[in-house]
Amino acid sequence: MQLEPSAADQGQPAAGSELVERHALSTRIWHWINALAVFVMLMSGLMIFNAHPRLYWGQYGANSDPAWLEIGSARDRGYLRVGSVRITTTGFLGYRTAANGTVNRRAFPGWMTIPSNYSLSAGRRWHFAFAWILVPAFLLYLIAILLNRHAVRGLTPRLGELSPRHLWHEIRDHARLRFPTGQAALRYNTLQKLSYFAVIFILLPLIILTGLTMSPAMDAAWPWLLDLFGGRQSARSIHFICAALIAGFILVHLVMVMLAGPINEIRSMITGRFRLPPERESAA
Amino acid sequence: MISRRTLIAGGAGLLLAGCDRLDRSPGFRGLLRSAEGLTMRAQRLIVDRDALAREFTAADLSPIFRANGNQAPQSPAYRALAAANFADWRLTIDGLVRRPLSLSLAQLMRAPRRTQITRHDCVEGWSAIGKWTGARLAPLLDLAGLRDDARYLVFHCMDAFGPRPYYESVDLIDAFHPQTILAYALNDQALPIPNGAPLRLRVERQLGYKHAKYLHRIEAVASLAGVHGGRGGYWEDSNDYEWYAGI
Repeated sequence: MQLEPSAADQGQPAAGSELVERHALSTRIWHWINALAVFVMLMSGLMIFNAHPRLYWGQYGANSDPAWLEIGSARDRGYLRVGSVRITTTGFLGYRTAANGTVNRRAFPGWMTIPSNYSLSAGRRWHFAFAWILVPAFLLYLIAILLNRHAVRGLTPRLGELSPRHLWHEIRDHARLRFPTGQAALRYNTLQKLSYFAVIFILLPLIILTGLTMSPAMDAAWPWLLDLFGGRQSARSIHFICAALIAGFILVHLVMVMLAGPINEIRSMITGRFRLPPERESAA
Repeated sequence: MISRRTLIAGGAGLLLAGCDRLDRSPGFRGLLRSAEGLTMRAQRLIVDRDALAREFTAADLSPIFRANGNQAPQSPAYRALAAANFADWRLTIDGLVRRPLSLSLAQLMRAPRRTQITRHDCVEGWSAIGKWTGARLAPLLDLAGLRDDARYLVFHCMDAFGPRPYYESVDLIDAFHPQTILAYALNDQALPIPNGAPLRLRVERQLGYKHAKYLHRIEAVASLAGVHGGRGGYWEDSNDYEWYAGI
């Protein structure tokens, strides 16, 4: 694996419209492994959730215990309940009627799960097999970005970037779809740094550790897992919340790639080369 | 013109159809299943042979301990045993042992015992905490004297799904684990019928379906291949669940 820092991390000067080395090989390989594995993990995870579509806090939780989140059905309606808020989701979550009139009361619909027909054993088989791809790839990537300093130079916001004034400025630019140009496009802006930082250093470690906490054998080996998350059912809830946040991140990520120029962005994630958008003529 | 929405929906549909097709392919299933072997080997490497499952206090007990699977075996033989409060019931320990045993409930209650408040984790995702008292399996196995070629214990049960009797199996690491007990009491009461009366296995570092209920025979074997469907348990045979259920 190439551990050379990218031009962006080295801070080399570059003019607009120039093809520059944007993403290190380690980043590109990891990105495409994830692009495949994350979808399998999310969709097989929804299949596993369908086996017991209720979430609890604490060490235990089963049907007679209070759930903070529940997807269910009552007569001919499906619902999602979070705390005391109950939303009718008929046709999507909890209750669907097929064209031939068959009623399906599974929490998540088949088009969101792997496999598409209910099978907990198959969902688990997919989930754990792809965990063996996702987790080692993540650990190798962590080592790579610590060695090539991408973790510090590319992903960690500098102190000045975190000032409310600077953040507000970036949020405004982002909302108006004014993307960085020229030199500035060579680096992640603060919002990007914060998102990638949160996914790599917070969400992924959390989702891996809460996944392990659900394993009765791992709880025997590493009892601190239960203390860290406050119990197996809390870990299951946090696992689900992290998965939802990662799904949200992917959605925003895909929208931003489309808005920023999909050809240039996708090429940079395949070949590493990125065409710098030319500097704007004048500040508006 | 094809809209982006159609394209995305079509793409997702193709992906899903692809996954379903892969899931039906024996070769690909074999590939995915090899990851299960990896999980078991990795856990056996990380988890110390005698590492204990977390034990809780009386304050942590589930208000209601959920019963699952078969909750009232229908065979006339079982119903007759239950009607007599299991006075005529015997547990057989046989197979690859030097001294086959036949034990009554009273004898099991006099054997070295252990009480533990542990968490029961169903493969479906829910958990319940209960207080179990039972005979430790290790001293009983020492009494029966396992032969050197014994590798697994098969737990034969009195309940069935249709024509197929329930059964489960563990290897000798879990069989001799200090928390592995044959439980005859739940929450200080005689084990209720929905939870497996008169006797159920507790193998605390694995998922719920390994904790066979309604036991009547423990058989030591060299291989699981010749037992029922050959995969080591009812759910393993019928629904393709993993034999090793540590995760």
